[in-house]
This record gives sequence, C-alpha cells and structure tokens, in this order.
Amino acid sequence: MQVSKLLDLYGREGLSPGHSACQGCGATIAVRQVLLAAEPPYIVVSPTGCLEVISTPYPYTAWRVPWVHVAFENAAAVASGIEAALRVLERKGLGRRHKIIVIGGDGGTFDIGLQAISGAFERGHDLLYVCYDNEAYMNTGIQRSAATPIGSVTTTTPAGKRERKKDIVSILVSHGSPYVATASPHLWKDLANKVRKAQSIEGPTFLHIVAPCPRGWYYDSSLTIKIAKLAVETRVFPIYEVENGKYRINYLISRPRPVEEYLRLQSRFAYLLRPENAALLEEFKRWVEERWNQLLKLAAAFPP
Amino acid sequence: MYSLTSSRLMTGNEAVAYAVKQADVDFISAYPITPQTIIVERLSEYVSSGEVDAEFVPVESEHSALSACIGASLTGARVFTSTSSQGLALMHEVMYIASGLRCPIVMAVANRALSAPLNIHGDHSDIMGSRDSGWVLIFAENPQEVYDYIIQAFRLAEHPEVLLPVAVNLDGFTVSHSSEPVAVLEDAVVRSYLPRNPRPRLEYEEPSSFGVFALPSHYFEFKVEQERVLRRAGELVEEISRAYPNSHGRLVKLSKFNEDGRIAVICMGGTTGTVRHALKHHGLEDFSLISLKLFSPFPGKELLEALSEAEGVVVMDRATSPGAALPPLASNVAATLYEGGVSLPLLSVVYGLGGREPTLKMVLEMLDKAEERLRARGRAVSRMYLGYGGGVA
Repeated sequence: MQVSKLLDLYGREGLSPGHSACQGCGATIAVRQVLLAAEPPYIVVSPTGCLEVISTPYPYTAWRVPWVHVAFENAAAVASGIEAALRVLERKGLGRRHKIIVIGGDGGTFDIGLQAISGAFERGHDLLYVCYDNEAYMNTGIQRSAATPIGSVTTTTPAGKRERKKDIVSILVSHGSPYVATASPHLWKDLANKVRKAQSIEGPTFLHIVAPCPRGWYYDSSLTIKIAKLAVETRVFPIYEVENGKYRINYLISRPRPVEEYLRLQSRFAYLLRPENAALLEEFKRWVEERWNQLLKLAAAFPP
Repeated sequence: MYSLTSSRLMTGNEAVAYAVKQADVDFISAYPITPQTIIVERLSEYVSSGEVDAEFVPVESEHSALSACIGASLTGARVFTSTSSQGLALMHEVMYIASGLRCPIVMAVANRALSAPLNIHGDHSDIMGSRDSGWVLIFAENPQEVYDYIIQAFRLAEHPEVLLPVAVNLDGFTVSHSSEPVAVLEDAVVRSYLPRNPRPRLEYEEPSSFGVFALPSHYFEFKVEQERVLRRAGELVEEISRAYPNSHGRLVKLSKFNEDGRIAVICMGGTTGTVRHALKHHGLEDFSLISLKLFSPFPGKELLEALSEAEGVVVMDRATSPGAALPPLASNVAATLYEGGVSLPLLSVVYGLGGREPTLKMVLEMLDKAEERLRARGRAVSRMYLGYGGGVA
C-alpha cells in the first residue's frame, strides 16, 4: 500500500522512545521511519554499532519487535540463516516466515560487513538491508570509514580524508539485486514507500539512507533534518532507485544549491573550507559533479 | 538392540553426515576446508535428493557459516555446521557468541593443524585454540563413536537446561577418512530419541532482543551463569546417554582399559586406539588407559576416581600451548590432581603435530621410557615430544 499521508504509517513502533541515542540522531529517525513503514511480521538484525548500543543496554531494550545482534561483520550472514531457517520451519510446520530487515551503519556495511553482504546478495536471500550512513565510526568516536566523504575530518583523518566515498549502491547493483535505492529522512514518504517496495520484491534489496550525526558531523542537534535536506539539494546525496537495473532519479535537482551551504553547517568540513585547502574543496565538488553526471547517464541509458 | 541397528561401511566424515541426516536437521551452513569437506558434500547430496528436509546455505566463509547458524538457531531450528583448522580459527569470535546466546548448534570438527607453516593434516591445535569459548567439547575415537556422539550431541545441546553449542571432534584423516563398519540406528529410532523442545526464539508476536550489550553491572553475572550451565551439561551427559537406544554407543565422559595398571595413560581421539592396541597385544599390564571423551566441561571428578589407584600419569596432548606451563590436556589433568589433593608424577607428552601419526612402535617406545621418566623426576612433571626428530625427545 502506497504511503501518502502520516496516518498511513500508524501502527506498531518498532523502536520505542527512551533509548540513549544522542539528541538529533539521524540514524534513529531513519530507523523509526523504516519500521513504521515495514510490513509485519518482521525480524530486525543489526551489526554492532551505535544503533545496537543505544537500544539494548541490559536489562533494557528499546525494541518492540524481534531483534538480534551477533557481531560487527556478519549481520547479513545472520540474516541469511534466519531467512533460510524460517523457510524450512514453515515447510515442516514448526515456524512461520518473517520478513527480514537488516539495519546497519556504514562501518558494518561499507567496510567490515561487506563480504557477508556480498555473500548474502549473491545467494539471493529474501531480505532488506538498510544502511544508515553517518559517514564514520561514530560508536567508537568518529573514525573514518569507506563512507566518509573526501575532505571530512575524523579522529583518524585529522587533516581531512583524502579518498572518495565508496559507491556502495553500484556495488549492490552489480550483485544483480532487484531493488537498490537511496533515501533521506526529510523525504519520509519517499523513504517509507521505498521500504514497502523493497519488501514487496522477492530477493535481496538494499536501502541506503543518509543519517546526519550531530556528534560526528559537528553541528547543532536541531539541524539534522535540514542537513539531510541540504545533502540532497546540493546533489551530495542523490535520491534515486535502481529496479532490475533500471535507474530512476526520484528527486531531479535541476538547480543545485552551492555545496558550501551544506559544508558550512558542519565543523567536520571546517578544514576543507580553509582557503589553503581550495584544491581539496575542488576535489569534493568534482566528486559530487561526476557522480551526478554519471547518474544522469545511467538514468538515460537504462530508463525504467 | 540389534533390531534397532544395521551396519554400514563409513568413514568418520560419512558417519557425521549420516547421523546429521537422521537427526532431521533443519539448517546446515558450511564452507569447504580439508579434511572436513566431505561432511558437507554428503549433506548437500542428502538435501538435494530430498533425503533430509533442510536448507543448506553454502556461505562465503566459516565466519559467516557460524553466524548464519546462530541466526538459524535463534528461530528454533535444529542446526549443524562443520569445519577444521583455519576455518575454526576464523569462527573463533563467533564461537563465544554462539555459547553466549545459548544456541544449541552441533558442529563437527575434523581436527587439523594450524598455519604457519600450512599443513592440512591432523592435530588438535584448532579446537584447543577455542577451548575457552564455552562449548561442550567431545572427542571421538573412531567412525562409530563419531556417529553415536553426533546424535547424542543434539540431545545434549537442545536439553532445556543446557541450550549450548556442542563440538564433536574427530582426528583429521585418521578418523575423518578411515572406513570401518558403523552400527547405525533406524531413522525412526533416532527421531524419537531427538524430540523437539520449545525454546526462546525470534517471533514477531513475542518480541525478544537477542545479543544485547551488558555493562560491568551485569556482564560478570552472564559469564558465571554460562559457566554454571556448561557444568550442568556435564552432569546431564549420563541422562542423555542412558536414553540412547544403542547401549554400546553411549557417550561417556571417559572410558578405561586395563584398569589395574599402575600408570595411567590419558589420551583423546584416534590415538587412543593405538595405545589400547599396544597395551592389549604387548603385555603391558603395568599401564592403564583413560580415553577422555568429554574435554569440556572437564570431568575432574570422574578422572580423580579413575586415578585413585594410579602411581603415575602420562598425558598425551596432540597440541602445544607455547609459553604455557603445560599443554592443554596436561594442564587440566594437573589442575584436577591439585584440586583433589593428589600428588602424582606426571609425564606430559606432545605428539602427532601436523599429522605425524604416532605409530605403534612410537607408542611402545614412549611407554618403555615413561616409567623411568616418572620415577627419575620423583613427584615432579617431566616432558616428552613423541615423534619429534623421528623419535622420543
């Protein structure tokens, strides 16, 4: 069912309030939206990360839905096991199938968990993998990951990261996934409908969500949604979906806002904006432009 | 009891696969590694032909294999995996989580040496590297024991008071690849021996959180409770094995041979057979043999009873613990003696690393020198490398 108004999302909250995430945490806003949109019955699997730590300090849990965490690099493998086991238990009359939703951060997805994700997608398990991308290892204190954009300062890139962000979407598309999409919590209807669409498709699907982090991006916690919006409107985080190899840009940004509007609000880019680092800033802009142009070409070459 | 069984020629690996098939397993996940590979090859054939109604998930690494098994186990499924050597080392992290999350997974380990240098042959270094991971660890001597212990492992693992993973160890090649006639039970007999017990599981209508994080306020209690449960698993071995339909195949914590011998030789796995043969056919009445089947939880009480008349003890380890006071089995034996207030001379023998099989000649040479070593050092500990440099060092 298409989500067109807030009432369409009325239902069981998967993640209850009272957890210990930071004020303005983009990840928990995204997770709340994902779970409000998700069709029951489902099981959530998380790798190690902020989400796991803020939601389950024993003896408390913020999860109102079945949830499991095993380790950092293996969420997709754990999900594979649950999915396949429930298939056979249903066949034998010993259980029933659930939809499987993996929710992991960028460290558990782009870096340490990539092998398990690749395996699960190659084997074709029926699951939705959601990556909330806050562009660094926030749980351990803001270290760079493969998702950290060029020029961003982290505790392990004190002079700004020199490498570009890994293109995770293309990696999953290359696995032959039937549905890979990006989303932003400020576009909640788009996000919710992508969750429903992904869940309606058999096979491994992927949703990449931008999740601003006040603590690690160094901005005021009231600005999370504004920053997510700016990421999209500056073309830093394009919103698109790839269905069976067909590209659709959901938000065609014809007149992008200057990248500096996005960068200036976040102290992680203060170094990048210094006059002496103009070359690095140019490289950041080139990255944004090249990705956008490549996306336009893909959308033209492989239209829905 | 013979009406319940028939005999089939099987290798250790085939015995594992056959037992797992009869156990009505729901989920198997594994990754190929020598010398375990044949287990999963056979199981994939059983799944493919429909002889067992299970899902076989051929993952991209052993780390993912055990991770997938944990996920599957938390749905309430009956779960099996197998591995060796580097594969077990790669699983190491996940082994602690499998026991911590109380997943009754059964795993066969076709024991093999660890790299470097690379070596595909048998020794116990792999499982000894994970001996503190909170699993029940069983050692089988031959394909028959492999078959019987795999079936009993499911019963023990899934016992409502246990819910812990169990690893059944079989020596790489010497047991995994040797054929012998194995008495197998009828399918229906195995099924009735392995009932389905309800346990906490992932279900939308009864949401639970598995794998939470615990601060210093609770972590310690989790771990001590886990240790208590592992001890309880040891106590329940007798109960689950008494119910096993083939009385000859019941899992015991240890078995004894030549009980009146003054010097006890303690050994695990396939080499036990060589030692027994030496005692039996070479008139070595001074020696008794204690074949340890359960390594974890360590059966200290039973071992002390078995050693009550002994004047010396020879402990054979197929692994080393570089830098430690003693190798793993010897250190457990020494600690058990100390705990029981028993002071016995102990000879710690390290043998068979990287597949250097202890021949009958080597074992006889070891026994020949054992008494002299035990006496010469009085009540202290002495050490021997059997087969190193081609002899006894």
